[in-house]
Amino acid sequence: MKPAIDIQHLGKTYTLQASTPYMSLRDALTGSVKNIFQSEKRNKEQYHALDDINLVVQPGERVGIIGRNGAGKSTLLKIISRITPPTTGKAIIRGRVGSLLEVGTGFHPELTGRENIYLNGSILGLKKAEIKKQEAAIIEFSGVEKFINTPLKHYSTGMELRLAFSVAAHLEPEILLIDEVLAVGDIEFQQKCIGKMEEVSKSHGRTILFVTHNMDSLRKFCPQTMLLDKGKLIALGATEQVIAQYVSKHLQTNATMEWENGVASPNRDVLLHRAILHDDNGVSRSRYDTTEKVGISMEYEVLSEQVRFTHGINVYNQENVNIFNAHDVQPDHHPLKKKGKYKATAWIPGHLLPEGIFSISLALFLPNPVDILIHEQKALSFEMYTDFAKLTARGQYAADFPGVIRPLLQWELSSH
Amino acid sequence: MEKFTTIIQPASRLSPGFRELWQYRELFYFFTWRDIKIKYKQTWLGIGWALVQPLAMMVIFTFLFARTWHIDSTPLKYPVFVMAGLICWNLFNQSVSQAGESMLRHAGIISKVYFPRLIIPGSVVLAALFDFLMAFIIFIVLCLFFGQALPLVFWLYLPVAIILLVLAALGAGTLLATLTIRYRDFRYIAPFLLQVIFFTSQIIYPLQAINDIRIQYVLALNPLNGVIELFRGSLGGNQPDLTIAGISFAAALLSLITGLYIFKKTESRFADLA
Repeated sequence: MKPAIDIQHLGKTYTLQASTPYMSLRDALTGSVKNIFQSEKRNKEQYHALDDINLVVQPGERVGIIGRNGAGKSTLLKIISRITPPTTGKAIIRGRVGSLLEVGTGFHPELTGRENIYLNGSILGLKKAEIKKQEAAIIEFSGVEKFINTPLKHYSTGMELRLAFSVAAHLEPEILLIDEVLAVGDIEFQQKCIGKMEEVSKSHGRTILFVTHNMDSLRKFCPQTMLLDKGKLIALGATEQVIAQYVSKHLQTNATMEWENGVASPNRDVLLHRAILHDDNGVSRSRYDTTEKVGISMEYEVLSEQVRFTHGINVYNQENVNIFNAHDVQPDHHPLKKKGKYKATAWIPGHLLPEGIFSISLALFLPNPVDILIHEQKALSFEMYTDFAKLTARGQYAADFPGVIRPLLQWELSSH
Repeated sequence: MEKFTTIIQPASRLSPGFRELWQYRELFYFFTWRDIKIKYKQTWLGIGWALVQPLAMMVIFTFLFARTWHIDSTPLKYPVFVMAGLICWNLFNQSVSQAGESMLRHAGIISKVYFPRLIIPGSVVLAALFDFLMAFIIFIVLCLFFGQALPLVFWLYLPVAIILLVLAALGAGTLLATLTIRYRDFRYIAPFLLQVIFFTSQIIYPLQAINDIRIQYVLALNPLNGVIELFRGSLGGNQPDLTIAGISFAAALLSLITGLYIFKKTESRFADLA
């Protein structure tokens, strides 16, 4: 049997431009005038979103794709679904491709639910006859029968999503691309997607490519996983091994972050030099048990006489959920900073985060009126684990313990 | 399953991809259907707007040009004369002004789903053709009202006129769609260009009113002049000027080839640009 997906030396290069990808006519004209006078071509910076990717997926195989943000995961799916062309290499796709990316694509508020089923279905590549055949099933699955002849604008967001997903679920493509990172909707909806996906893949032997940050769902669905880093395929194999490789690589590189020339604010009055994660004793580490507090330090330099700003962080879990944000509201830390070098440290208390991988964005900004001087996305990351020898909110419960945070609560007991 | 085998390669093919368009013909239909439906769904007058607009313009122009400035439209009565021009103009205007906007409006879909992008400007033209046909019925009623005979030769030239009109609209539409998505400036340039086309078309005046035949031929490069010539020329018992129609046809074909060429060339990058 021929492979469902056969990717050979696939690459995609973007030419970085200072401005937006679309130009104004003025830019184009002045650009061409400049080119007449400058014989040498401007040395444009190139960005390899994907670089020499080779992959063969047999029909019915389920392959996970992991990697940090910007590793090229979504670009790969976009090329396979033909939204954007590659710059080099080729991919042979045998079968109809569908993706949960497209949920609700082309829905129009003025049209009724039923009309949108037809419109959306045909955008997703279904024939009118196929939609007609599935219409009843789609409407039933969506659970919005009562409103099916009502314009979509009167639907709640939830109803709209259900209808959208229902169409996508009945698409029945041979190859399903799922980008959980970009998936719309709440957790419940995502779980419904994944549940349906599991059902579909197991019963119909469908080929699936699954992009995710959630290692748990990866372990559940995909026996095989590929790891991308900076556009390159660096590992392809059994999911558990690739996850291990990803976690170790991911963490090694992220407990400290040093910028050679510093990250400058737009006015070049502040330079961020270094950021580190460390424990109580100031030792830089990337693994902490859930009882420990985690220190986040930013070392920066104020270059002007006086600059107004404060420090902030955003904390994300491995599903890319922004768990919380915080900024320095300490009354004695005056927002007006004088020239000089500083180190600011924030402490995430113990007994707050559950196990998992967390990433941290750093910010130097003014909260009111909002003015962002520096915002480094996901500059640092670390792992939390449970130390069963210590008292934790988990206690001795060893099974899957869901929840975005894991505070240690105070329990009171009285007998009557 | 082999039927669905796709080979994805760096964009280089320049074939217009008519076969693929045929595969996607239902989407073509749905886009057109949606455009028509949405346009009239919520309005109180509904489909009537396709008719009221040209009628109102006809009344205004009749008052201005026939009564006030006495433009000679013989052998046709001026309302019939100007209405014929206006409904052709409306199709062209609607297609071209909507084509660019519709690409931007569909940016969300373009960045999520693959389909031949030509469907977007194509369905805009088809939706405009629908309005044209509605307005054409009113035009026939108007002819009956003013006692304007509709000779057989008119019905023979009519399909040729419509084909030329659609080709010209599609050509200018795809051209403008690509330019708009590439350079947003064209959102502002388009209305101005359309105005120029309006006044260089024989909508409110007959082309024959221009004494110099050479200028007539130059103006025929604007395909609308050929369209209106074919549409209107046979109405009063005369023959349309086929040289004018021929020049227009060549111009329309050239604009269509250019439009399709640059559209296809940029097509694969629309998702990055939009």
